Amino acid sequence: MIRMRNITKTFHMGETEVHALRGLDLDIGDGEFVAIMGPSGSGKSTLMNILGCLDIPTSGEYLLGGEDVSSLTDDEQARIRNRRIGFVFQQFNLLPRTPALKQVALPLMYAGYDRTDRMDRAAEALKRVGLGDRMHHKPDELSGGQQQRVAIARAIATAPTIILADEPTGALDTVTGDEILDIFQELHAQGNTVIVITHDPDVAARTNRTIWIRDGLVVEHRSPDNGSMSS
Amino acid sequence: MNMRESLLSAIDSLRANKLRAVLTMLGVIIGVTAVIALLSIGNGVRSSINSEISAIGTNLIMISTNTRNSDGYATLSLSDVGALSDPLRAPDVEQIAASVQTSAAVTAGSNSARPSIMGVTANYFMINNLDEFEAGDGLTQTDIDTRARVAVLGLGLAGDLFPDSYPVGQVVKIAGTSYEVVGVLTASGGGFSNTDDSLYVPISTAQNRLSNSRTRSGERAVSSIIATSASAERNTAALEQIAEVLRQEHHIVYADDDDFSLISQTDLLDTFNQITGMLTAFLGAIAGISLVVGGIGIMNIMLVSVTERTREIGIRKAVGALRRDILTQFLIESIVLSLTGGLIGIFLGWLISWGAGNLIGLSAPLDVMTVLMAVGFAVGVGIVFGLYPAWRAAGLRPIEALRYE
Ligand SMILES: Nc1ncnc2c1ncn2[C@@H]1O[C@H](COP(=O)(O)OP(=O)(O)O)[C@@H](O)[C@H]1O
Ligand SMILES: [Mg+2]
Repeated sequence: MIRMRNITKTFHMGETEVHALRGLDLDIGDGEFVAIMGPSGSGKSTLMNILGCLDIPTSGEYLLGGEDVSSLTDDEQARIRNRRIGFVFQQFNLLPRTPALKQVALPLMYAGYDRTDRMDRAAEALKRVGLGDRMHHKPDELSGGQQQRVAIARAIATAPTIILADEPTGALDTVTGDEILDIFQELHAQGNTVIVITHDPDVAARTNRTIWIRDGLVVEHRSPDNGSMSS
Repeated sequence: MNMRESLLSAIDSLRANKLRAVLTMLGVIIGVTAVIALLSIGNGVRSSINSEISAIGTNLIMISTNTRNSDGYATLSLSDVGALSDPLRAPDVEQIAASVQTSAAVTAGSNSARPSIMGVTANYFMINNLDEFEAGDGLTQTDIDTRARVAVLGLGLAGDLFPDSYPVGQVVKIAGTSYEVVGVLTASGGGFSNTDDSLYVPISTAQNRLSNSRTRSGERAVSSIIATSASAERNTAALEQIAEVLRQEHHIVYADDDDFSLISQTDLLDTFNQITGMLTAFLGAIAGISLVVGGIGIMNIMLVSVTERTREIGIRKAVGALRRDILTQFLIESIVLSLTGGLIGIFLGWLISWGAGNLIGLSAPLDVMTVLMAVGFAVGVGIVFGLYPAWRAAGLRPIEALRYE
């Protein structure tokens, strides 16, 4: 359960203040498959970072599974990112010169799994994203789609319940993007909450609900079944 | 994340940039090399000189005139020797010898020299570990008692005076009087005086013919008295007894200063060790400074590395690394750097001290303490100078680190 109330986020750039989020409310249920859309600069990534506990809001309340996570310390946030949230970035964000298996094992290492356990689980995660035969390849030996699969495997390695993806297909061609989306769909089918930021209506169409953001506020929810409903 | 993991990943990341790692370590390598080499060569020199001093005899006590409190008079005489020989008055003094030192022209045929001339008691040679003779023998009690005109030559002097012939049985002229050469000492380095170029005659002969130095009361003076204590443990007691006897003999009242001075072999060793110890510490400190410079080099590179790897740090934090995890990772990297540098430095330092030891002919062994100290210091440098960069890395905020290009 994700529940946000009156969330604001203000960045200070020297003298000027940038209000990236201006009192946003949001509810996402367990097991939902949600797309977040909106113009560039509307605050999508800022929202995603707060959702993923990579950042804290300037004000407002954020309950994750009933627990208030809006003002945690660095290390408390790190624990939540590690156990309960998997993050997939547009730019993959893999470690350079590091084989896939080690990349995926990274969150498991910080979660405290011992070496063999860690390698087993990392291999398992890589198989789930279809990279069972690329475990020892380094990022520069993999295609963009394959690199994003490694990133997804890393996101799901500690078996978190929430998967967040910030424009995961933005750097990929359509066919490869579709394949990546298949994986998200499967993760949703397995019961995970999946939230995807996207510019692509076709991507949004494959989710159960689309949330529109403009100027730091939610302006519209739309689901395929019950049509459009304004907030 | 456990230690082993951190260690392996530190080694991985250093291996990824070998040249830079080596250049970074250079400062520590040079520092540790210098510390090790200086300390072990210093220790080698010290122990070799120590053993040389000890070779003269460990329980020696030198008694001489204290020229500051003697108004220009010699203060020691053979009656002092007699008093110190009394086992009731100085029970911890075992043996006692005396010498009169002077100088005179010595000739043998057409060869001449001006050696230091020692008038000595018969036991003088034994007490000073000079009782090995290249030829002939030492002086006998009869020589002393009869004021015999006989002489024992140091090896160098014998060579000067008798370059082509066997000296024993021949005659040397000292201050115009003939003396029969009865013995030649073996070569011996060091000691209180330069034995190699000295000439020894009976003390009685010297007092009669070669030196007219007298004490204030008119007795014939001796230049120095050499005593041995029964054992090293009895040294302090012997020193006290000697001082007490001499003060009585010289009628020195309670408040007055001694007109003689005592130097024991142990004092000499202590003083010497103090000086060399200070010297070694001083050199070590200079070498230590280069270690600190090496540490600053490590800090510099670690800071660069933190900046270069900002994105990596962001990724690690995004997937759940705690501050502590990042801190340990970078700290261990800098410790691995400085420790590796330290180990290389120990090896090089050992190599240098071994080579230098061979060159100047002394053993400069690497003692465990020095090695442990160097290792400890290297690790310390790694921690101290790695802490700030590691702390910087640990404090990076994940989103900002991820944005970093
Ligand atoms: N770290 C930051 N510092 C300053 N301004 C920021 C920062 N992150 C985002 N912004 C600003 O906040 C607004 C929202 O940005 P973002 O959430 O990235 O939008 P989106 O992902 O929808 O394109 C933009 O105006 C952006 O310039
Ligand atoms: Mg964005």
